[in-house]
Amino acid sequence: MAAIVQVENLTKTYDGGFTALKDVSLDIQEGEILALLGPNGAGKTTLISTICGISNPTSGRVRVGGHDVIEDWRAARSLIGLVPQEIRLEPFEIVGNTVRFSRGLFGKSANPAFIDEVLHDLSLYDKRNARTAELSGGMRRRVLIAKALAHEPRVLFLDEPTAGVDVELRRDMWRLIERLRGEGVTIILTTHYIEEAEMIADRIGVIRSGELLLVEEKADLMRRLGRKELTVELHHPVETLPDRLAEYDLTLSGDGRRLVYGYKAGEERTGITRLLSALQAEGMALIDLQTRESSLEDIFVDLVQEGEGP
Amino acid sequence: MNWNGIVAIWRFEMARFFRSIVQSIVSPVLSTSLYFVVFGAAIGSRIEEVEGVSYGAFIVPGLIMLTVLQQSIQNAGFGIYFPKFIGTIFEVLSAPLSAFEIVLGYVGAAATKSLMIGCIILGTSFFFVDITIQHPVWMIGFLVLTAVSFALLGFILGIWARSFEQLNLVPLLVVTPLVFLGGSFYSVTMLPPFWQTVSMFNPVLYLVSGFRWAFFGMADVPIAASLAAIVFFTGACLAVVWWMFRTGYRLKS
Repeated sequence: MAAIVQVENLTKTYDGGFTALKDVSLDIQEGEILALLGPNGAGKTTLISTICGISNPTSGRVRVGGHDVIEDWRAARSLIGLVPQEIRLEPFEIVGNTVRFSRGLFGKSANPAFIDEVLHDLSLYDKRNARTAELSGGMRRRVLIAKALAHEPRVLFLDEPTAGVDVELRRDMWRLIERLRGEGVTIILTTHYIEEAEMIADRIGVIRSGELLLVEEKADLMRRLGRKELTVELHHPVETLPDRLAEYDLTLSGDGRRLVYGYKAGEERTGITRLLSALQAEGMALIDLQTRESSLEDIFVDLVQEGEGP
Repeated sequence: MNWNGIVAIWRFEMARFFRSIVQSIVSPVLSTSLYFVVFGAAIGSRIEEVEGVSYGAFIVPGLIMLTVLQQSIQNAGFGIYFPKFIGTIFEVLSAPLSAFEIVLGYVGAAATKSLMIGCIILGTSFFFVDITIQHPVWMIGFLVLTAVSFALLGFILGIWARSFEQLNLVPLLVVTPLVFLGGSFYSVTMLPPFWQTVSMFNPVLYLVSGFRWAFFGMADVPIAASLAAIVFFTGACLAVVWWMFRTGYRLKS
């Protein structure tokens, strides 16, 4: 698959001297959904702004659809749609006009049927003649998405698209993202909701302090960095663990009834069979066994905390 | 050229004008009528003629110029400042539009609005005085050039301003005094020699003079000087706008 967005050694230092992006390189494949995770101030929005032409890079290169965003900016920008983090809309303009305005800005001729379709898809059609200031926060966010889709972009940036929206809208948005992916649109979203990234993204990028820590297939990431836990419930409580079990990474619960064994997800040899044999040899009767896999959130927290130090 | 983009900005800005159509039209008509009453009737009754033109008719070009200047600056300044203020400017900056196309959209709309108001004032003046325009083509030319050049100035101010106070500062403290001291309501020949010399440094004098020449065939300064002044001013504004977009001054981080 060809990379539709290519970021090479991108660095962004603001006038005040703060470096928001440090030598970031990233390839985004056509048709994929990439979720960029990172704490506040990590550089996610700066990265998006630089790709979209709102912010000038200090050094490095960005290409969209093979077009350099500086040298061939017109071709590059015409491929991009952007939904910003904050809800920014002309308050006195009506919904239909502001969406048509966005299409026009990108050089597309009027297409009322397409605009109506976008408004229908986002449940905005009934509000097409309402002023944006009269809409709820969730509806205004829908308007932002409609504006970004109005010129039929091939690459869509969603900067915290579901921040502060209700569950219904979030699910609507996930459905829309899935449908856009089906139409071949490449989607890059930043989010604080790890659950969201886990649910819809193909690949995950983690950014911290302007550095891209990793970009990996979601499944690979979960397999590589994910951990699993086996909880063994004992028939009779124990006060201490027998010496024979010392070699295992075991934690005994306070009431002495549960043993928790941690192991890496996706490994061929987990040590579970040996552990169970050892327990049997020690005459420890079992009532129940449970396993739990660490979530993307656990992985993300571990990654972000790693570099922060004590 | 992204013509659809230019038209989109132009239409969006014009929609803002038509949303407040009553205020947009009634306000200039009312103030023009008041000027005619105060300057034309009250003061004009004591000044019968200025260089062969009745005082009421004499102030018409100045009145139009005054409003066109103010409206051009105000409309273009607000047009670009408001999206900056509410944060919607990102959309224009991330669109496939060159600096020239963005300027054409915003300045074109601002100039269109002020030209419309200029025409309304001219129409209103026919109710108060008899006017014959001797050089109508030149009159339109001067009006368009003035509207465009001062819309460019307004656009510059809109990018420069960090607050509504700053946006209104230059028009209030610089432009309005220059217009009033630029011969809008008098001929500079009526001033003492010293003030006549000082007036020659006021760029607005050249615009009003040229515009009045188009109406009555009389001017305080040669028509070529008026034309050169407005062309120079337009060029200077274009250069500043070009620099602002090239460096991203107060537009891009």
